[in-house]
Amino acid sequence: MLRMTSSLAREIRAQGEAAYPNECCGALLGLWDPEGVREATGIFPIPNARESGEQYHRFVITPEDFLRAEKAARAEGLEVLGFYHSHPDHPAAPSDYDREHALPVYAYVITAVADGRAEAMTSWRLSPDRARFDPEDILI
Amino acid sequence: MAVTLFIPAALRPFADNKAAVILPAKTAGEAVAALAAAYPDIQQHLYEPGGALRSFVNLFVGDTNIKNADGLNTPVPDGGEVTLVPAIAGGCL
Repeated sequence: MLRMTSSLAREIRAQGEAAYPNECCGALLGLWDPEGVREATGIFPIPNARESGEQYHRFVITPEDFLRAEKAARAEGLEVLGFYHSHPDHPAAPSDYDREHALPVYAYVITAVADGRAEAMTSWRLSPDRARFDPEDILI
Repeated sequence: MAVTLFIPAALRPFADNKAAVILPAKTAGEAVAALAAAYPDIQQHLYEPGGALRSFVNLFVGDTNIKNADGLNTPVPDGGEVTLVPAIAGGCL
């Protein structure tokens, strides 16, 4: 389960709408408990580093931006819990491409944005054998 | 010489869930090798079968990506910090 405040969810949805028709992305910061509930307490927006012509269906977070997120989290006594991105005019479900590029443990939050308006938000975790994404509840 | 190596959440299950470990090393390569020696389960996630670092694994010494320095031979000062950084990507199609 991933817990976040309604204001945090609104921020993520607003970023998805602002980036439309491209994908937005960023890191989820919060308290890490490998055995239990994860609580996202903040987000770290990251520019989509994919070339502009591909951003409508792809996002990339550079290692340098990942390191900035890690350091921002450490400075607050937090952890990078996972990542969020938007799916413009596509459902809030992970694609094969998402799964192929995902890592276990992290939460992957996806927001569907249809015609510029944020709709469903979901969270997923990659299975340890990388075979599938399992949905996890978002408690707002 | 001891350095601190920070481990991203995705790899912590293979390192007793530790966020950071202090290791004896003078270079980035020695630091990640010392990590793999201390936690053998993490080795397959860091190295290709041929011994090269996996493509999604990035190493930083301080704020410097070792790809922009001397690679695994990038020196780490005593008390310095090495951070393992995975590549992150995705998309709707």
